[in-house]
This record gives sequence, C-alpha cells and structure tokens, in this order.
Amino acid sequence: MAMKFEKKEEGTFMLDVQGYVCPHPQIYTKKALEKMKNGDVLELIFDNPSSSESVAAMCDTTGDEIIEKKNESGKYIWRIKKG
Amino acid sequence: MENESRKNQLWAFIITGFFVLVSVATYAYNEFYIYLSAYLWFGFIYGMCLQYGRFCFASAFRDLFAVGVPRMVVGIMIATILFSFVSAFVSVTGMSTFHAAPTGLHATVAGLIFGIGMVFAGGCASGSLYKTGEGNGVALTVILSISVTQAIFVDIGGWFNKLVPESWHQSALAKKLPESINAGDGWVDQYLAGYVWDRPVVKFSKMMGWSDTSVPGAFVGDFLVGVVLPATVLLLLVYLIWARKSYLNKLKKQGVGTASFKEELSGYWGMITASKRTALAGLFLGIACGLQMFVIEGLRIKFGIKNAGALLSKMGSDFGLSVKGTVFDPGYWYVTTQEAQWVGWVFNKLGWDNMDNIYFGLNNGIPNPALNPADWMSLALIGGAAVMALLHNEFKFKKPTLELATWALIGGALMGIGSRLGLGCNVGAFFVRVAMGDTSGWLFGIGMIGGAFIGVRFFNWWTERKMAKEMASFNF
Repeated sequence: MAMKFEKKEEGTFMLDVQGYVCPHPQIYTKKALEKMKNGDVLELIFDNPSSSESVAAMCDTTGDEIIEKKNESGKYIWRIKKG
Repeated sequence: MENESRKNQLWAFIITGFFVLVSVATYAYNEFYIYLSAYLWFGFIYGMCLQYGRFCFASAFRDLFAVGVPRMVVGIMIATILFSFVSAFVSVTGMSTFHAAPTGLHATVAGLIFGIGMVFAGGCASGSLYKTGEGNGVALTVILSISVTQAIFVDIGGWFNKLVPESWHQSALAKKLPESINAGDGWVDQYLAGYVWDRPVVKFSKMMGWSDTSVPGAFVGDFLVGVVLPATVLLLLVYLIWARKSYLNKLKKQGVGTASFKEELSGYWGMITASKRTALAGLFLGIACGLQMFVIEGLRIKFGIKNAGALLSKMGSDFGLSVKGTVFDPGYWYVTTQEAQWVGWVFNKLGWDNMDNIYFGLNNGIPNPALNPADWMSLALIGGAAVMALLHNEFKFKKPTLELATWALIGGALMGIGSRLGLGCNVGAFFVRVAMGDTSGWLFGIGMIGGAFIGVRFFNWWTERKMAKEMASFNF
C-alpha cells in the first residue's frame, strides 16, 4: 500500500502509512506535522507497532499533542494536534 | 474486539505450548537436548523483551537523526550497562563464554556498512527477528537477505581474489591452516587470516594492566571504564544536543527562566526514564544476556564438552561439523551466524562445496538447522516476540510492498556484508563486545552511528520527494 497524505477538510489532514516499517512512519509524520499550522489536526494511520513509541516520543519533544489513540487489531489510528 | 483478544491469547498459548512440548519431548528422547532448549528459552525471553520494548538497535541513532527521539539510545545503554554488570560477575567466576575480537579500523568500516543497511532495512539484525514475530513480511525479507548474502559472501573467490592485497595473501598462507580450508583462496578467508587475525585484541581490563577475570579487571576495567563511563558521556551528549532544548521549553512554559544544575540533572534523568517500556525491556534483556553465559557454561561442564559440536557427535549427527569438530556455539546472544549457517546448509545440500572456507569449514560448520543450538535461539526469539505481540493485540500479517521489499533486500545485503567484515552484527559485534569491555565493540558502534546518519540523509531526501508529490493536489 502506498503512502497517502490528504487534506480531509480545513485544518484536518490524513496520513496513511499502513504497510510501512521504520523509519518511514515517523519520518512521514514529522514532515506532515512540519508542514501543518498550529492547531491543525493530523489523523495518522499506521500498523507498525515500533513506530508508536517513536511518534509518541517525538510529539512529546516537539510539543504536539496526541488527542486520540485507537488500536484496531494492529491498526493504529491516532489524532495529533499540532502544538 | 474481545473475540479478537481471546483468539490472540489462544495463539499465544499455542506457541508457548509448542516450545514447551519441544523442550520436554526432546529431553525425554535424549538429555543432551537440554543444551539446545537452554538456547531456545533464552531466545524466547529475548523475543519477548525486544517486542515489549520495541527494542531495535537500528532505531537508536536513526530516530535521533531522523526525528530527534533519544529513547532507544537510552534503552540500549541501560541494557548494555546491566549486561556488563552481570557479565562482570560471570567473568570473575570463570564461567564467561566470551572471546574478544581483534580491534582495528575494519570494525568501524564494517559498522558503517551495517549501519547504512539497518536504516535501509527498517531494523537491525535482532530487530528484524522480533518484527518477523509481529507478522511483518518486510522483516522476514530482511532476514532472508542477510542469510543468503552472508552464505555467498564468505565463500566468494575467483575474480575477487584479485582484490586481495599481496600482504594479506602471504599472511594467510603463513597461518598454515588445514589444507581443506585453502586459506590462500577466497576474499573473506584472506581478509580474516591475512588481516583481521593480525590485529591486536584489546580489552579495557588488559589496557589497565588487569586480567579480565580479576575483580578489578572485570568491575573497574571492563564495566566501569569500558561501559559505564563512555555510556554516561554518550547519553550526556544526546541530552545536550537533542533532549535539553525541549526540556528547557517545558520549564519555560512552567515559568522557570534559567535551569539550575539540579534541574539540568532532573532533565537528564527524565530523558533516561522517558520510555519506561524500553527501559524495562533493557533491564530484563541485560540480566538475561549475562545469565545465558552462566547457564550455557554450566551445561558444558555438566556434559564435559567445550563446544556443541561434541554434543552433536554424541547425538549421532556429525554432518556439517567444522574441520576442528566444532559448530557455532557462542554461549551468548548472537544473531547473524546462525542465519548464514542454515542457508549454507541448504546450499551444501544443493551441491555447493562451501566447507573450504574459514567461516564455515574452520570455525562454525553448517550443522543441520534442526539441531543447531543458535537456530533454536533465533526461532524461539521470533516465537517469543509473536507471543508478546499477540498478548498486546499487535500481531498483524503484513506483506511487503515492492518499495519496502527493495529496501529490505538492499539493507539486508549490506547488513550481511557488514556482519561478516565486523565478525558480528549489532548484537555480536556491538552489544556483547561493548558489554564485555572489548574495545572493538565501540569501534563497530561508531561505524553504525555514521551509517545511520548516511541512511537517514537518504530517506529524508526520498520521503520529501514522495510528500511533495502527495501535496501537489492541495494547499495548506
């Protein structure tokens, strides 16, 4: 499955990196958040468990807030608010 | 979801039950199998720890360079310090199974190649094993690539002999190895016998004038000076360059203007304890690694052997033993050699005469994978990781895409070559050697850091290109 980065509506974006392994999910997430404005929300979909720790630690460092975390049988859906 | 959880728990139970059954049934058949089972259960523990802590050496410096996350450098340093502490006890009791490696620039070059490979592959050698346990097809592709590349690389000769310096060739011949090895033929043979074996073996304890089995040698030389001191400095650098800035920003938000020394120490400690999951995995991993040496050496004493080759002979399986009658039997955690061995065994069965080289023919052999202790460890590592992933509902079968399969093959091949040049991977050439106070471990590590930097630079460029294509259809 190829990477998808879409604008869902004003201020909300979706990054789908299912099928990708490290370091792709965290690098794509970083790049997407860098391009967004403060207050924008990124819906991140990934299925690489290792990336969850890295993305969470990255958000803690940058001040971005993970506002929702879901795990549906190995498919992670996180909503991250750009801080 | 609840059904899914119950199904996952059942599978975790089945996998664990399978390994218990293997241990019990083989022991009932022949008590010598307990030796293989010891490897098996340590592998199982490693797999559980690695998956629980998302413990991947590749992510240590890669995530620092790529996204500024220090959690894995911290986890690895914790595991190394603990492993080293337990190992110091083991060394003093004379039960250590460790042999230090020759030190030289070759370790750094090998680490560099390995480091680039692990970033491309998406995981180090041990990380690829545990990720295979999560159902990850990319990681399985990486393992296949590492295995095949090594098995081919150690036996290449012909045109590649022209790339061997004359001094290596002469030095290899002068070693007077058994005729069946033909040490003057083969690039890796001449690299090993003609160059690597001529390098000095340097441990911190020896540098300070102590034996590595003495209390000051093991605890002060190899543990404190060889591991704790450099690890503390390394973590301090990571704090100053990567973690301090965000910590100071958080303090600023709390109204603290300038951080005092006490607050700086608190920030340093906060970085170390930031990922409890990784730190906890590092703790258990470090202790288990030290204990494995103790247990394996104990079993060797019990059976009156020095190497599993003697045990396999007693069990009636002498196919694939080295010319010395040995097989690869490190006595501690190792990853890549057993991967080369099973492919080497397959190649041999297909008609390739690959026992005329040092790697297989003189040192490690190519025993039947079903009786190879180190193979039992790796398979159980995958099983242990699968159990942990299932228990946390994180198991998912994933087929590799063409893009990721390509990176996996390239990365795996580079890791395979780096492993053989460095006489080990991120575990055997870095983790174990550093923990045991062997200077060559740090030299391999420096190379891995350089390789991670190069790999990240490449992927930054690659992902930026792909993001630009995706963003062409909308405006921010």
